[in-house]
Amino acid sequence: MATGFEAVLLTPSDLQAIWLTLQVAGLTTLILLLLGTPLAWWLARLRRWWVKPVGALVALPLVLPPSVLGFYLLVTLGPQGPLGQAMLALGLPTLPFTFAGLVVGSVFYSLPFMVQPVLSSMQALGERPLEAAASLRASPLDTFFNVVLPLCKPGLITGTIMSFAHTVGEFGVVLMVGGNIPGVTRVVSVQIYDHVEALEYADAHRLAAVMLGFAFVVLLALQLYNGRGRSESANGGRA
Amino acid sequence: MRLPFRPLAVLLFAALAHTATHAAEAQVAVAANFAEPIKAIAAVLEKTTGHTLKVSTGASGAIYTQIRNGAPFDVFLSADHQRPELLEKDGLAQPGTRFTYATGQLVLWSAKAGRVDAKGEVLKAADLGKVAYANPKTAPYGAAAVQVMERLGLGTALAPKLVQGESIGQTFGFVKTGNADVGFVAMSQVLLGGRLKEGSMWVVPPALHDPIRQDAVVLKRGESNEAAQALIKLLQSPNIKDLIRSYGYGV
Repeated sequence: MATGFEAVLLTPSDLQAIWLTLQVAGLTTLILLLLGTPLAWWLARLRRWWVKPVGALVALPLVLPPSVLGFYLLVTLGPQGPLGQAMLALGLPTLPFTFAGLVVGSVFYSLPFMVQPVLSSMQALGERPLEAAASLRASPLDTFFNVVLPLCKPGLITGTIMSFAHTVGEFGVVLMVGGNIPGVTRVVSVQIYDHVEALEYADAHRLAAVMLGFAFVVLLALQLYNGRGRSESANGGRA
Repeated sequence: MRLPFRPLAVLLFAALAHTATHAAEAQVAVAANFAEPIKAIAAVLEKTTGHTLKVSTGASGAIYTQIRNGAPFDVFLSADHQRPELLEKDGLAQPGTRFTYATGQLVLWSAKAGRVDAKGEVLKAADLGKVAYANPKTAPYGAAAVQVMERLGLGTALAPKLVQGESIGQTFGFVKTGNADVGFVAMSQVLLGGRLKEGSMWVVPPALHDPIRQDAVVLKRGESNEAAQALIKLLQSPNIKDLIRSYGYGV
């Protein structure tokens, strides 16, 4: 499974943690695309009193420490918490210590990283494309999929990359609700923490360097992508 | 402008010099599991000698790393014996000051009353839910829990049910919130005034695991700190040993 090069650099449990992290981040990002995009659209379009409170709720993880999020997830999703009891009543297992629990926590944790970029690209859209679509008798759903989404592509791509990267970097939430189970909840950040606490500094250093490289590459890619988008729109404006 | 303040500064300096010789202050780093007892011990120290303690609590591993990186602590009360030993080897501790101030008592605990029986048979129950224990690599209580499960021949049977807290404090949280059915925690966490606070527990026979030795050591920085030396002396006095015992530790 591991090539010789990887085996020298990282331990098998490191590779397992990396694979698990990619799974959590991938699934979280997919769910956020499906949930966050319509949510952003409602926030951008609806003029209802509850839009502002919902907007504030979505932005909460930007401000809250992950330990707060993790603590409430542990308490409310546990067998004595209201959500945990509802799950047990439905015959479902409770979420802490499970892969699903990690994904649920990550969805909350990374929600603003998907919604904010998508929302701002939707707000920048203005009324004109929508009015044009309406005058061509496009249905609202048709307009959303064939006009709004293509025009908001830069926001969607930024949101996707940011959600994925932010979930990969998650630590506090998984530490609080994860239970540190290899292959199930022991993600890269927890693995690094483990190495440091166990005084395995060389192992910690290797895995941390991988994370550092990953974060840099992601942010660089995002900058390059955004730079390209800007010059494209500048050209478009001139034409 | 500064002149009128000079007498005050001299007075202040004199006062400080005075306290330095008679009532010193020591920075003490304490393993999280000993946070409660150290408060009581600090109060006794202040009452009997006038020396005061500034206490920082945290995970022993984290404290060790901080000390190696120059954290200004005079005394370290660790949750294990390896880290004080390492500090001595590293030349960061005062040689000959290391000793065991408490022995940890492992218990199997559930937040539910009647869940854990007096013999720990619950570990073999078919309907047993998650079993929490602390990270054995970093927490001595976790390492002891692994030994207990192995010596009872339950290692493989329990493996799929195990969840790991990063510290004994987090492990306690998993059980307290009911997310784990039972968990291996420190007796000091579930006792109040010598009695079980809530739930049910099995006091694990110490023969089932290596002793959880919690060692204290004076650090280089505390060599000439009177409060630090007084604390070490106090920790070995019979009265304080009784106090430590009442929190659920062996002495």
